[in-house]
Amino acid sequence: MLGLNSRDFKLFIIVCIMALVAPVLLNPFPTESALGQSFNAGYPALMQRFVIFGILAIGFNILFGLTGFLSFGHAAFLGIGSYAAVWMFKLLSYNVVPAIILSVVVAGLFAVVIGYVSLRRSGIYFSILTLAFAQMAYQLAYSVLTPLTNGETGLQVYNGDPQILMSAGDPTVPHFFGITMNGQTQLDLGGWSFTFQNGYYLAAIFLIASFYLSIRIFRSPMGLMLRAIKSNQTRMSYVGLNTKPYMLAAFVISGMYAGLAGGLLAAMDPLTGAERMFWTASGEIVVMSILGGVGTLIGPVLGAGLIKYLENIVSKINDGILHNWFAFMPDWMDNLFVTLIHPFIGKGWHLTLGLLFMAVVIFLPGGLVQGGQKIMDMFSRNKNTDAKDGAKTPAE
Amino acid sequence: MDAFILQILNGLDKGSAYALIALGLTLIFGTLGVVNFAHGALFMIGAFVAVTMQKIFNLSFLTVDETQKDFLGNPLKVETPYVEAWFGDAMGNWLQDWSVPLSILVVIPVMFFLGFVMERGLIKHFYKRPHADQILVTFGLAIVIGEIIKAFYGANPIQTPPPTAFLGTIDVGSWLGFAENTIAYPTWRIVYFGFSAVIIAAVFAFLQFTTFGMVVRAGMADRETVGLLGIDIDRRFTFMFGLAAAVAGMAGVMYAPILSPHYNIGMDFLVLSFVVVVVGGMGSLPGAVLAGFMLGILQSFASMNEVKALIPGIDQIIIYLVAIIILLTRPRGLMGRKGVMEE
Amino acid sequence: MGILEVKGVNKRFGGLQALGDVNLSVQENTVHAIIGPNGAGKSTLLNVLVGKLIPDSGSVMFDGQSVLGRKPHEIAQMGISRVFQTPEIFSDLTVMENVLIPCFAKRDGAFRMHGIESVADEKGLNEQAEMMLDEVKMLDKRHMTASSMSRGDKRRLEMAMCLVQEPRLLLLDEPTAGMARADTENTILLLKDIRTKRGITMAIIEHDMNVVFSLADRITVLAQGMPLVEDTPDKIKNHPKVREAYLGEAQV
Ligand SMILES: Nc1ncnc2c1ncn2[C@@H]1O[C@H](COP(=O)(O)OP(=O)(O)O)[C@@H](O)[C@H]1O
Ligand SMILES: [Mg+2]
Repeated sequence: MLGLNSRDFKLFIIVCIMALVAPVLLNPFPTESALGQSFNAGYPALMQRFVIFGILAIGFNILFGLTGFLSFGHAAFLGIGSYAAVWMFKLLSYNVVPAIILSVVVAGLFAVVIGYVSLRRSGIYFSILTLAFAQMAYQLAYSVLTPLTNGETGLQVYNGDPQILMSAGDPTVPHFFGITMNGQTQLDLGGWSFTFQNGYYLAAIFLIASFYLSIRIFRSPMGLMLRAIKSNQTRMSYVGLNTKPYMLAAFVISGMYAGLAGGLLAAMDPLTGAERMFWTASGEIVVMSILGGVGTLIGPVLGAGLIKYLENIVSKINDGILHNWFAFMPDWMDNLFVTLIHPFIGKGWHLTLGLLFMAVVIFLPGGLVQGGQKIMDMFSRNKNTDAKDGAKTPAE
Repeated sequence: MDAFILQILNGLDKGSAYALIALGLTLIFGTLGVVNFAHGALFMIGAFVAVTMQKIFNLSFLTVDETQKDFLGNPLKVETPYVEAWFGDAMGNWLQDWSVPLSILVVIPVMFFLGFVMERGLIKHFYKRPHADQILVTFGLAIVIGEIIKAFYGANPIQTPPPTAFLGTIDVGSWLGFAENTIAYPTWRIVYFGFSAVIIAAVFAFLQFTTFGMVVRAGMADRETVGLLGIDIDRRFTFMFGLAAAVAGMAGVMYAPILSPHYNIGMDFLVLSFVVVVVGGMGSLPGAVLAGFMLGILQSFASMNEVKALIPGIDQIIIYLVAIIILLTRPRGLMGRKGVMEE
Repeated sequence: MGILEVKGVNKRFGGLQALGDVNLSVQENTVHAIIGPNGAGKSTLLNVLVGKLIPDSGSVMFDGQSVLGRKPHEIAQMGISRVFQTPEIFSDLTVMENVLIPCFAKRDGAFRMHGIESVADEKGLNEQAEMMLDEVKMLDKRHMTASSMSRGDKRRLEMAMCLVQEPRLLLLDEPTAGMARADTENTILLLKDIRTKRGITMAIIEHDMNVVFSLADRITVLAQGMPLVEDTPDKIKNHPKVREAYLGEAQV
């Protein structure tokens, strides 16, 4: 179906459904309940982040997952995409179409240049070259390029901006031919309330398209070439293949994905700053992919979602909420637990994040997807041993 | 000419810090084959050892002095630092004044211990893992260390002055035969440079002239062969990790008066030091030192107003720009060996 | 005029003269063996031929064109394939994928911007790869990951990867080193078969004299970077210089 084999097609359908019904799925608890207040994730601002960072991670995975080249400056393309989009808002109009197109194109152009130079080296040298380019972009955005980036204030749309395509009745927020991004429909069912936001759905459609394209790339001759490069570059050249253009293609595609993510971020909120390009942001992209499972199709999306979810939940929890949870305990125990957990919540999110990185790399080097597979294997092996003395089935 | 020399001097202290951190990174990479993204955190811990010592020496207890009254007419509460009470006023004051240099004595055992724990507890499990995993786990560790420091010391920079004897500037210009006060240079920075030079020399001498150092150097060149000789290289490498941590820690202690420590300085220095290591050539100790000083000095030249007027923004990006140029023209950095870190 | 003409090639590594004035002429449709003690410079010579090393002086002509200064992938596209001393395969990929990649290289050249059609849809190439695997008796292993195979299988896989490209010149660097007796015999049979069926020109480095004498049409003996003699197998067997420099040593 759709040029996918049956397994990929199933995966694709699952992603489609998840993306489309996320506003319902992610609100499992009644809105006003304590659990709902803490754990519901089905509100637009957060869901947007899931899908946009999902797109970013999918793109990063095309580079790192397939070729093994670790870019430590990928956030630069995200930032560049955002700047390009906001400039389109400033110059043309709030319509997101030209903004998103330009963000992809501009990020792609930068990726051609940065990739061409960085790919002349491999290993850690490649990582440092990409890091150097990203840091340069970041520093310049804060200094000489302030006319383009508006420095520390951040780039945004002002009343005096040309917006030459803007006509009288147009919305004054980002919109898709009149459908505003922040427009939403609310559905109240009993204690639950679900919000369906236009902006989220635009981003979700892009996620679905991005995911589809990434499956096709993984299964295409190009995907095969890239995996071969990761496996053995020497053999590639002695087979008669020029690895450079393949690598560059992967780099540019992945840069364009990041540009798209940047454009979408701007479409959701037409304001952007250089911190989006800082190297910790690049580090976060790497972690998302690793957490989910590098080189797997669905892993990076899961990783991006999980990190953004935890970030949101953990930084929202405070001592009051904890006391509520532990109310059933004797007071001393309640206090003890709250004191113990306190450093990891609220402002302590980064501590939790750091520990999470370490835990994943130490205990789950293959990421969540591999972890899940291991658990599945454990169950199916138990069944097998019952059935027929654990005859080994060949790995597919 | 004097402006020129001033810029070189200005670059020296930053260059020294880069060189010391890069030296440790290279030792760890060369001996253990591990890319340690937590090395900047070790530098930061050093700086906070200085902060802590200063705090300890200033710990005070309150006494009520009935003979004096404050402006409300109540008996005056006087703070007396414990050190003054225990060792007498003069000694107490001296300890407070000299808390930064004295921290060196504390930081060496502390960092050796931390290095030992880090290597045995975490890093050793990552020798055979891909570099990406090493980067990530140490990156995570760096965040954790930074956050712990933040929890204890807050997010704001903490001023940590040098001993009063080293406050102020030295008129380097008049030494060199220029007019008076043309090149005035903060005394502590000169101390920092001298200190770094001594440490660097000591590390090189240690590697060059002791049997231990020889084995380690041989191990850096070819780990397997040395292993085959039946030499227990692992124990020595653990020690090297401690040594690298101690070097970073000392660099941090002495830098505290130059840049008030805060929980993020580790990361700030780490990224630059990594660029330094790569420019010097992964695994080359002289390369790391050379590149550290070179980039420090280039950075200070790029910060001159004349240069900035010519190429706006150059001061922000010079290090990265040089790194790009060097990596493209000299694939293995200034002094890198073949085959290191290429796959 | 041979398909491969090496003239006056010199290569130094620091103070070591790895190749000293090497001349070699390989005729089309022959098997040319290069023998010599360890460190004689045999692998270095192959490295020069495939563009991994650039010699200090001399010329290397393949089919009337110079290969010097060309990149490895360009030389490979000219029709020179190489089996390495230690197998160079795509360890993380399946056996089938290992063979498919050279098929793409043969059909599409050094680079082609592919669309997003699936590899599985490339029916022609898949058939070609399967036929090749069948020929080296590895078709049943096509879904295995290459790294999980035995050493002998890895070598056969590498040979299949080279053969599927139908090279005009196949370079083999000690293809039977470390193989069990039976595997060696199989390899000899396979190479003979290729020879008769496809008429591929081969240059083979080999220590096993049994392999050399059952395959080679001509033999060059290399010692310390210099060609000692070049002749037919029969003459080489009885050549005093060769017996002294090489065979005597090898038969110990
Ligand atoms: N890249 C290199 N750098 C330095 N010396 C080399 C290099 N490659 C080969 N050599 C040396 O050249 C000589 C010939 O090596 P080689 O061609 O591998 O011999 P063999 O005939 O056994 O294949 C050996 O002494 C080897 O150590
Ligand atoms: Mg050889």
